[in-house]
Amino acid sequence: MVDFPVWQILWNLLLAARWTVALSLIAFIGGGAVGLALLTARLRQWPGVATAVSTYVHVFQGTPLLIQLFLAYFGLGLFGINVSPWVAAGAALTLYASAYLTEIWRGCVDAIPRGQWEAADSLALSFGEKLRHVVAPQALRIAVAPTVGFLVQVIKGTALASIIGFIELTKTGTMITNATFRPFTVYACVALMYFLLCWPVSAYSKRLERRMCRDR
Amino acid sequence: MVQLDFAAVLVDWPLLLRGAAFTLGLTAVASVLGLALGVACARARTHGPAWLRAIAAAYVELIRNTPFIVQLFFIFFGLPSLGLRLSSEAASIIAMTLNLGAYAAEIVRAGIESTPRGQLEAARSLAMTEGQVFLKVVLPPSLGRVWPAMVSQIVIVMLGSAVCGQIAAQELSYYTNLIMSRNFRSFEANFVAAALYLAMAVLLRQLLTWAGPRWIFGRIAPAGR
Repeated sequence: MVDFPVWQILWNLLLAARWTVALSLIAFIGGGAVGLALLTARLRQWPGVATAVSTYVHVFQGTPLLIQLFLAYFGLGLFGINVSPWVAAGAALTLYASAYLTEIWRGCVDAIPRGQWEAADSLALSFGEKLRHVVAPQALRIAVAPTVGFLVQVIKGTALASIIGFIELTKTGTMITNATFRPFTVYACVALMYFLLCWPVSAYSKRLERRMCRDR
Repeated sequence: MVQLDFAAVLVDWPLLLRGAAFTLGLTAVASVLGLALGVACARARTHGPAWLRAIAAAYVELIRNTPFIVQLFFIFFGLPSLGLRLSSEAASIIAMTLNLGAYAAEIVRAGIESTPRGQLEAARSLAMTEGQVFLKVVLPPSLGRVWPAMVSQIVIVMLGSAVCGQIAAQELSYYTNLIMSRNFRSFEANFVAAALYLAMAVLLRQLLTWAGPRWIFGRIAPAGR
């Protein structure tokens, strides 16, 4: 049997962590863009949009991410698109993140007193100007901490992409286990990697939250 | 042209039903155990000696910052090399319990920390022991205050249990995989599973919201009054 020392396991997992980070960033940035679009549509108060967006959010928050990944993987395939795990995982995680982010940000916008909107109206600001100069600066301040906190959830969510064949940290861990027959060590190392990725982000989010509570 | 055939999936409704029931069973056991673990950890973090606080904090941070699937694989594939061989059901329940326990600990702790000082002082002036004060005075209203967050977390754990099919625990996603390996209706099978999970999430949320004040923490006045 090939000798596979722990440093080599860690090194290979470290290389695999790049794909976890890449997928997390795609999902987070893509989800942010879609989430923002949904939020803007909702704030414009077009008829039916509020109900549609809230249904969208409920569906994504009420079904397992794993099933969403399967649906993206097989669903895109139905239309004859040759789906690589990259596309399926990227699409599913983007939609998943967008549902959570749009809901988080809606909460932040709702926290702004109505008077601010009315004051902006009375200054005859356009919809875009109202968002840019009145709502966004105030909402952003509240939104930073929960948004950073959600990033942790996205990073952990990417672990499920391993099941549809996306080779990232968890999948690499499984592959190394199959080669070394040392599941205890390997999965402990995988967990350690995720911890090293997520913990600084959680700690940062917690610090932001505390700072905001103090400022208020 | 895309042709969907849901009938091929729905024909296997007994399997889907069995899977859904198993998912709910796993969730029920893990919720009870996880809630107890969460309360114990919250108590340890607010009242325990320094070393116990450190252990509880490390546990909470470790679980909250790693994916559920890795926790599950570690327990199911990793622990046997220490001589601890678990069935897929036992591994699923342990993983779900440990996972819920960590989140529940943080949620309950938030509730405990928002207990008005006066209530503690009043309880102590009645010569209650520390244990009585915690169980009778502090805990029930604390749980009541954080119950909505707790319900959401239990629903999240229920949805997360879809991963347990990967270690062959026979829950809903396991049967979904079985059905699609039989008839190759992959999209339809997962679509039906998604609809079932959604219905279960809605029902579970309503059930817990209804059951909480009746059976778990008693009727209490809303916070802030």
